[in-house]
Parts: sequence; C-alpha cells; structure tokens
Amino acid sequence: MPGSAHHLLEFVQHLINGLYLGGTYALIALGYTMVYGVLRLINFAHGDVVMVGAYVALFAAAGLHAPAPAPWYQTLLIFLLAMAACALLGMLIERVAYRPLRQAPRLAALITAIGVSVLLENGGQLPWVFGSQPRSVPELVPRVNILPTAWGLSVTPIELVTIGVTLALMVALQMLVQRTRIGKAMRACSMDREAAYLMGIPVNRVILVTFALGSALAAAAGMLIAVKTGQAHAFMGLMLGLKAFVAAVVGGIGSIPGAMVGGFSLGMIEEMVAGYGFSSWRDAIAFVLLILILLVRPTGIMGRAVPEKV
Amino acid sequence: MALLEIENLNVYYGAIHALKGISLRVEAGEIVTLIGANGAGKSTTLRTISGLLRPRPGSIRYEQQDLTRLPPDAIVRAGICQVPEGRRIFPNLTVLENLEMGAYTRRDRRGIAADLEQVFALFPRLRERARQMGGTLSGGEQQMLAIGRALMVRPKLLLLDEPSLGLAPFLVQEIFRIIQEINQRGTTLLLVEQNAHMALGIAHRGYVLETGRVTLADTGAALLNNPEVRHAYLGQ
Ligand SMILES: Nc1ncnc2c1ncn2[C@@H]1O[C@H](COP(=O)(O)OP(=O)(O)OP(=O)(O)O)[C@@H](O)[C@H]1O
Ligand SMILES: [Mg+2]
Repeated sequence: MPGSAHHLLEFVQHLINGLYLGGTYALIALGYTMVYGVLRLINFAHGDVVMVGAYVALFAAAGLHAPAPAPWYQTLLIFLLAMAACALLGMLIERVAYRPLRQAPRLAALITAIGVSVLLENGGQLPWVFGSQPRSVPELVPRVNILPTAWGLSVTPIELVTIGVTLALMVALQMLVQRTRIGKAMRACSMDREAAYLMGIPVNRVILVTFALGSALAAAAGMLIAVKTGQAHAFMGLMLGLKAFVAAVVGGIGSIPGAMVGGFSLGMIEEMVAGYGFSSWRDAIAFVLLILILLVRPTGIMGRAVPEKV
Repeated sequence: MALLEIENLNVYYGAIHALKGISLRVEAGEIVTLIGANGAGKSTTLRTISGLLRPRPGSIRYEQQDLTRLPPDAIVRAGICQVPEGRRIFPNLTVLENLEMGAYTRRDRRGIAADLEQVFALFPRLRERARQMGGTLSGGEQQMLAIGRALMVRPKLLLLDEPSLGLAPFLVQEIFRIIQEINQRGTTLLLVEQNAHMALGIAHRGYVLETGRVTLADTGAALLNNPEVRHAYLGQ
C-alpha cells in the first residue's frame, strides 16, 4: 500500500474514533450544561448517572435473557429502560438533594453535589448493589470490525450505532428545546428564573424535567460506552464525567449547542493527540484544553458572558 | 369583600425589616397606586404578593384564598400577574416566544390567539418585531413587551412595578394611556410608580409608603391635592 493512502486511512480511522468518543462526551456534557443553565449548579453527580445507566442496561439485558448480539428491538427496549430509570434517578437527586438548598449559598449545593457523587460511587460498590468488581457487559451490539482486515481500518457496529444515536438524540433535544412549550420554558428559566415564575411557569417542574432529560442522555451514553468497552464498574463515571464537564465548559457552559461542539471537539482532539504519538497523554488532554480555554476564552466557544445574578 | 386584602405585612431581607406592617386593599375594577421614595418598600410589597418573598407575619387574601402559602406559579394561575421592575423580558427568546411564555398557564388556543391580537393591536410595534430577540428591543419596546407578556396571562389583577421608568416623556404618556385602557377593559391594577403625578392622576385610590409603612391612604385626587404629598412627591 502506498504511504499516502496509508496515512489517509489512518486519519479516517482517527476521525471515526474521534466522532464516537466525542459523541459520548457530548451526550454527557448536555446534562451538565442544561442543569447549569437552569440552576447555575455543577451537578457533580452527573457522571455517576452515566455509570448507573450502564448497570441498568446490564441488569435489563440479564433480566430479558438478551442474546449477544441481541435483536434490535430488545436492544432498544434495554436502552429505553436505562434512560427511563436514570431520568427517575435524576429527578430524585434534584428533589431530595438540591431543591431543599435552592435558597442556600451556592457552595452548599456544590458540596451536596459532590456528596451525591461519592454516595453513588461508593454505594454502587456495595455487594448487593453493583459490587466492587467490574462486570462484563454483553455484546448487545457487535463490537467486531465489519470491514475486511486488508483495508487496515476498523469500524464496528457499536461505534456506528453510537454515532447515529448520539446525533439523533441531539437533533431531538434541539427540537424539544427550540420548538416545544416545555423547551421554551426551560430556556426562559435559564434566562431569568424569577421572571419565569412571574409568568406562571412552574419552575420546579421545569427543573425536574431538565434533570430527567440530562440524566436520560447520560444513561444513553453509559449504555453505549459499556456495550462498546464490554464492561461496567462503579467508578466508570468519574473520568467520563470530568471530561464531559470539561467539554461543557469548553463549549460554553449553559449553552446546548456549546455542549455538542465542546463534546465533539474534545473527543476529536483527544483521539488525534493520542493517535499521533502521545497516547500516554490521553487523559490529560481534557485538562490541558480546559486550562487553555479558560485562559483564552473563559466563556467557552459558544458561551456568552452572563452577569452574575444576585 | 375586596379583591385583594393585605393586612399587617412584615417582610425581612435577612435582618433588614423592609415592610413593617403594611395594610392595604384593592377593590375589583380599581386602579390603586403605591407611591414612595426609593427604598420605601414598593417592590418588596409587589414581590411578596407574587409569592417571591414570604411575609412573617402578614396576611394576603385574594378571592377568599390565602396567597402566603402558594408558590409563585400558583398565584399567577389564581389570576395575579406582575410586570416586574426593570422589565425582565427573556432576552434570548423572540418577541413572540416571550408572549407565548405569558400564556404558559393557559390551554385555550382560541383565547390565546385572540389575546395575542389584542396585544398586537395595543402595541403595533411588537407585531413588527415578532421574530426579533427580546434583548434587541429598545427600552420602551421592552416595556411594551413586558406589559404585553403579562396581558397574555389574562390576569384579573395586574401588578405593575414602575412601568414608566427610564422612558421618554411621550412614551410615559403613551404607557399611562394604555394602563387606563387595560383597566377600562376590566383588569384591576396595582400600580407602583415614582412618577407620582401621573400615577395619582389615573388612580382611583393611592397609598403613600415611607420606609416600610403606609403613611397616607386616600383617593387619587385627594392625594394629588394633599400638601404633604405635593411637597414630598410632586416637588411643589
Ligand atoms: N435583595 C435585597 N436584599 C437586602 N435588602 C433589600 C433587598 N431588596 C430590597 N432591599 C431593601 O429593602 C428596602 C425596600 O426595597 P424595595 O426594593 O422594596 O424599595 P422600592 O420602594 O421598590 O424602591 P425603588 O423605588 O428604588 O424601586 C430597601 O431598604 C432595600 O435596600
Ligand atoms: Mg422598586
């Protein structure tokens, strides 16, 4: 194979990997950015909701005796179950942990968020919850290369499904936020919560819906990642959550398109840097990027400077 | 029985005692104005009626209900809407979407469409700007949008907090004309104003607030002729 063709193939490979990785970061980043939008709170427990999503999918697959690979409708059912369960979990977290602190200083809510995260991670390790050992996740969607080996490229169905599902969910979310009554109310609440109240918008319910949506997207990411990597463990949400949070900040926290752009940018940059000789840097890139963006453009790529509210 | 009846309202910001036992009432169909210097507690009164602040103690009765236990959105559903100080329109929603948010509590599509037409008839400028972002409107247009958005709630009682603030004189005239028109169409109004002259001119009754207390209560005309009011609030 001529050298230039080889380089091109390698580049295409990294492009696909970057899309996959970026899509998962973007899905998770959306939850951070939406909650920040309505509450000005970094929901540090969000990464752990990703982990719970993976486990719910794992248990649902076991409960349904899903074969590997599973028929598409079973995979879809498992997927929806994971999303629904995490939507409920997200609402529960907001109702129990954050709502009582609505009038409290912001630091209290932040510490509580970290507390919820620690609870999920360590509670998840209890033997009668998820256990402390990584669990293997069935190959609901095949993770084998579908291209001839001679091509020197690896593309797996799970990667393609992840990219497709990610894009579909983002389009759906964007339609919901832009076109529907509840979506407009979410935007109104994130611009001016008090003014939203004065128009009769049930702000607490809108906040619950925001948590439900963000958590459902996190669950989607959790399941897709678990099926791709073939395993789930109680701490899997930690690094994923941190990186997705960085993606949200890079894109401009509070901005939904920003989270998408930030997620794909981070995934792509991480893949390219790691793929072209700096693989030991993989987990550090997000934080280098974070520092750079905070120096150059603290509001993020799509973010606007919001005046601090009193 | 008055539409709105406030008794012995006390409100604190931390240790600051902002309202020190205010009592007032608004009858159905009236324009009642609340005047007073900066910091007298006018906005605090309206914010408490809307449920954004809680009195301790104090009672607010509206159509046999105790409002002090209701969340702000339930108070709007009960028929009380506020145009807050500083307009507070949604800057990154279009003019039309801002108006839609006013109709959030409603489901009657026909009624909403009819009210939208009425708002556009009242403020033709808003129709021209319907697809523009709220934040790009001029100050006067934003005030029109804020009032239009509140009218979309179809409130029985409309609370207005300094609607004339920062507007050019001819616009102030226009806003007061519209306020009277809204009242003539059957909406009861509680109007907070710095522009005491204009406010007392259109109000049936008025209250003068000084550092968290009601010091005077009378008809609009009587307050206009009251020497103390003329001296303190009308600069005469
Ligand atoms: N968020 C707050 N925190 C602390 N004190 C406040 C707060 N808001 C208002 N106050 C105080 O409460 C008192 C009443 O304020 P309020 O805003 O009701 O006055 P106002 O009559 O509306 O004045 P203005 O004409 O300037 O709008 C003032 O002394 C003010 O400093
Ligand atoms: Mg005020």
